[in-house]
Amino acid sequence: MPEGKVLGKPVTRLEDQPLVTGRGRYVGDINFPHQLHMRIARSVHAHAEIRSIDTSRARALPGVFAVWTSDDIPEVGPVDFRADRASEVLKPYRQPVLARGRVRYVGDPVVAIFAEDAYVAEDAAELVDIDYSPLRIIVSADEDPGEFEPGRTTEAAFLTHTFGDVDGAFAKAHKVIELDLHTGRHSGVPLETRGAIGRYDAATDILELHGAAKVLHRNRDTLVNMLGCNPDQLHVHESHVGGGFGIRGELYPEDVLVLVAAKRLGRPVKWIEDRYEHLMCANQGREQHHLARVAVDKDGRILAMEDKIFHDQGGYVRTHGYNVANRTMCMLTGLYDVPAFRAVTHYRLTNKTPCATYRAPGRFESTFVRERLVDAVAAELGLDPVEIRRRNLIRPEQMPYKLEFDEANVENLEFDSGDYPLLFKKALDMFGWNTLQEELKRRRAAGEMIGAGMGLFLEEGGRGPSDGARIAVDSRGGVEVVTGGASLGQGFETAMAQICAEALGVDYRKIRVIHGQTDRIPYGIGAHATRATVLTGGAVHVTALAVRAKALDMASELLQLPVDSLEIVDGTVRQRSNPRGPTITLGDIAKRLAPGSKVLGGRQPGLWAEEFFNPKDTVFPYGVHLAVVKVDPGTGGVTVERFMVAYDVGRAVNPAMVEGQLVGGCLQGLGGALYEEFIYDDQGQPLAATLADYLLPTLGEAPDIEVLITEDAPSPLNPLGIKSAGEGGINGVGAAIAGAIGDAIGRPGAIRRMPVTPQRLRDILRADGR
Amino acid sequence: MKPSAFRYHRPGSIAEAVDVLADVGPDQGRVLAGGQSLVPSMAFRLAAPSTLVDINRIEELGHLSVQDGSLVIGACVRHAAFHRSVVDGVPGPFLTRVARHIGHYPIRQRGTFCGSLAQADPASEWCLVAVALGASVTAASKRGTRRIEATDLIVGAMTTTLAEDELLTEACLPLPAPETRLGFAEFSRRAGDFALAMVLASYRVVDGRIAGACVAVGGAEDRPRRIAAAEMALDGNPPGAETFAAAGGAAAEALDPMEDAQTSVAYRRDLVRTLTSRALERAAA
Ligand SMILES: Cc1cc2nc3c(=O)[nH]c(=O)nc-3n(C[C@H](O)[C@H](O)[C@H](O)COP(=O)(O)OP(=O)(O)OC[C@H]3O[C@@H](n4cnc5c(N)ncnc54)[C@H](O)[C@@H]3O)c2cc1C
Repeated sequence: MPEGKVLGKPVTRLEDQPLVTGRGRYVGDINFPHQLHMRIARSVHAHAEIRSIDTSRARALPGVFAVWTSDDIPEVGPVDFRADRASEVLKPYRQPVLARGRVRYVGDPVVAIFAEDAYVAEDAAELVDIDYSPLRIIVSADEDPGEFEPGRTTEAAFLTHTFGDVDGAFAKAHKVIELDLHTGRHSGVPLETRGAIGRYDAATDILELHGAAKVLHRNRDTLVNMLGCNPDQLHVHESHVGGGFGIRGELYPEDVLVLVAAKRLGRPVKWIEDRYEHLMCANQGREQHHLARVAVDKDGRILAMEDKIFHDQGGYVRTHGYNVANRTMCMLTGLYDVPAFRAVTHYRLTNKTPCATYRAPGRFESTFVRERLVDAVAAELGLDPVEIRRRNLIRPEQMPYKLEFDEANVENLEFDSGDYPLLFKKALDMFGWNTLQEELKRRRAAGEMIGAGMGLFLEEGGRGPSDGARIAVDSRGGVEVVTGGASLGQGFETAMAQICAEALGVDYRKIRVIHGQTDRIPYGIGAHATRATVLTGGAVHVTALAVRAKALDMASELLQLPVDSLEIVDGTVRQRSNPRGPTITLGDIAKRLAPGSKVLGGRQPGLWAEEFFNPKDTVFPYGVHLAVVKVDPGTGGVTVERFMVAYDVGRAVNPAMVEGQLVGGCLQGLGGALYEEFIYDDQGQPLAATLADYLLPTLGEAPDIEVLITEDAPSPLNPLGIKSAGEGGINGVGAAIAGAIGDAIGRPGAIRRMPVTPQRLRDILRADGR
Repeated sequence: MKPSAFRYHRPGSIAEAVDVLADVGPDQGRVLAGGQSLVPSMAFRLAAPSTLVDINRIEELGHLSVQDGSLVIGACVRHAAFHRSVVDGVPGPFLTRVARHIGHYPIRQRGTFCGSLAQADPASEWCLVAVALGASVTAASKRGTRRIEATDLIVGAMTTTLAEDELLTEACLPLPAPETRLGFAEFSRRAGDFALAMVLASYRVVDGRIAGACVAVGGAEDRPRRIAAAEMALDGNPPGAETFAAAGGAAAEALDPMEDAQTSVAYRRDLVRTLTSRALERAAA
């Protein structure tokens, strides 16, 4: 890749000015005259039949405008899956916007109250009387399935992924190693809770949803189906978003309710989730139980892997269907060359908060499992953990590397490019792995419980199918880039402006990037599964080139110079060989291209273009996490002394932003590895529904994260070679921390469950008589 | 997380405050000090006081001084007052070290010493300090004023013997003799969290042997408590790792720890064993 002028540079973010000066506009900041406030009365039972609901006391409270149960909205169906992930088997498990007949987790919406202010609404919610009759509560996917509804069990699906001769490989194996592993239930917890405002303009017959995020066009399409209106009658708007992490911006019952209510009640309806609700109702994730085994030859080469997974989905199937379970299985072999593989998933509903995607969905889990297996093999065979990984990594000459599954309905994967051994080596070198081993030995001899671990992982991003962009230059040279992307705080505007600036030849600071507004552009891929920079970035790149071509064509005629002798620098066209010669600005070119212009000729009016980018396949960035931890044997406390992420992103549009993504991801990963866990008692009552009980790592727990970004394997699948940067930071953290703790306590295989809480670690040490 | 409706009073003197409390106390009225425990519980609607009696503007409650060998701490003295040493000698810096474990910086700027005693959280550092050092408090009401020993005030988790109409006006903390050694250790999941267990240890060394030992444990049972068995393991023995470990073992054994979903009895015992010897080591240092 040729070095860019602004592409690839750590330039300052465009979006920060309002954010750091307190002038951002989050959903809580948006208000409309005469708005009502919605409050949801939620189930206090994990599983029960609703016998009756008495809303009379709530209705009677002054300031209450309306109170709804599911009977008031019979026409509104359950929250649908995203169009491209629909699955017939799972449809009966979707969540109604207000519970019908049964509640299935604590927090399940039962009654919606609409009142003059949020205080009255909350008072009214306390006055709703719901009579429940308890049903069997299932709190673990390990339990025997129960009844979801008559004739339907809580095991919603049984999924399989296979390739190669697994049984043959296990039969001839030198050693078979089996592990029983758990990944704990945790999730993204954005600083900003969810929020939604519905507003209906009867004058134009347009319904608006404010506070949406992540996948606005797809959500619009789902809502249009659910509400029975046309896409041009429903405008979905994104404001500033205080963190996404996969969970924010999916469609939830409350989003649907504010729209239905706005239209029916004739007043804007605002809903802001409180933290307590957030920790009981927003998507959770990660909770899986793995019975995993691996067959190896005498050199530690992997012959086959097998995994039986119990996936805890919670009370309903949300917008992703069984995506997370599938991603867990298909990425399980990761960046190792595994000849045979079989995974099965018992995809089960439980009476806990529903689950869906959380940053690196399925991958955080499967990397933990895979790397635990590899560490266990190393320990069993007496091999160095670095060496065993080297022996099993897919080699660069095997690229593109195909995973072809036997099942017809399972998507095959093709790893586009990569030099895994190279990155592994670079990471170990930068970390000083070999000298570190000496140091650890010394400190151990001095009585410290200290160790190092690693997690090698593969990521996936840039999934298509397609995204477009429209770029227009105005008569003063201002550039507007209209995209269907979304910004969750990751720096989307800056990245798109950099890509456009590079291709068009303008100052990136003069570019205004539009995103998250469905009334501005008919299609949009949104910002999910680390695809914004690849997909929308690809579209912005090709569109900017089209605008450039049009500008140069006009300029060539006006300046009487051949097109290929011209360049655009800072928004001005000039001759490459004669920068002091005649010039014309893009603004002036736009004027000459105005409708009716005398020089327009046969050209389409306006200096603008609209193009689409259709990548052939997904991209696969990859990385290495390395950790050094110190264990306090007396308390079971773990201190992360060092943590490093090395990641090949193909091409970094803005290295500072990539670093931000990686560091943030690492810290979140430390949360899942050591602190965060949504625990429930045996009655399905959530015990971590406040931030005093759900422990997010804070600055006090954050080590300095060392970062190595490499660009050794640009993707051949898009014009800029970009892979994705959003999820690599978190992917292998659990694996690396678990390995490091195992090393520190001198029991390489001991860590089987995340998070590694001090109590769990003490239990392990106590069992050893320590 | 919006509190239910309440009335609000802001008396300017103790006399006015106890007047209002006599009125509203029996009817779910509550004193508002730093609000760092009360306001969150109102947001969760775990508390729904009919009336708040805000004592923050009562100047007479802001005093912090040494009287007759005791530190007297008025009801409006914040945790942050202890960020600097408030008395000379060992206890000053010791209280500073303890205070830093209370929540986070902004919480310490509002929360009060006396509010902590009135709240009686089992994991309150100040409750442990009060019980360990033999503090007492003064409670005022329209009916009069009385003095309550810390051990009689704190009778269970979030439970005190303060009457509904009483205002805790000050706490009185006897300062240990100058040669006393003090040590404190606690363990919490994250910096600023309520501790899962904490230990305060103090003793003197007379002729190379420990005398007047005090080992008090907080956060592990429903209220802080001195552990006689651990103190006996110390008194008369030379300070050192072995003695400290024995005291740790005795403390762990003597305990009847609380249990919750994330914290087992066995784990709390382990913590108390470890923290007791650490507190003793720190005292020795
Ligand atoms: C995130 C967080 C972390 C925390 N971590 C810790 C910690 O690690 N350790 C710790 O000890 N505390 C911790 N706290 C609690 C904090 O220290 C509180 O300040 C303290 O518990 C209560 O003091 P307050 O002045 O804020 O009392 P308030 O919240 O105002 O009142 C608490 C209760 O005491 C009553 N009360 C208060 N003052 C009086 C009085 N003078 N007379 C009669 N009744 C009175 C009130 O009516 C109320 O019932 C934490 C709080 C938060 C929010």
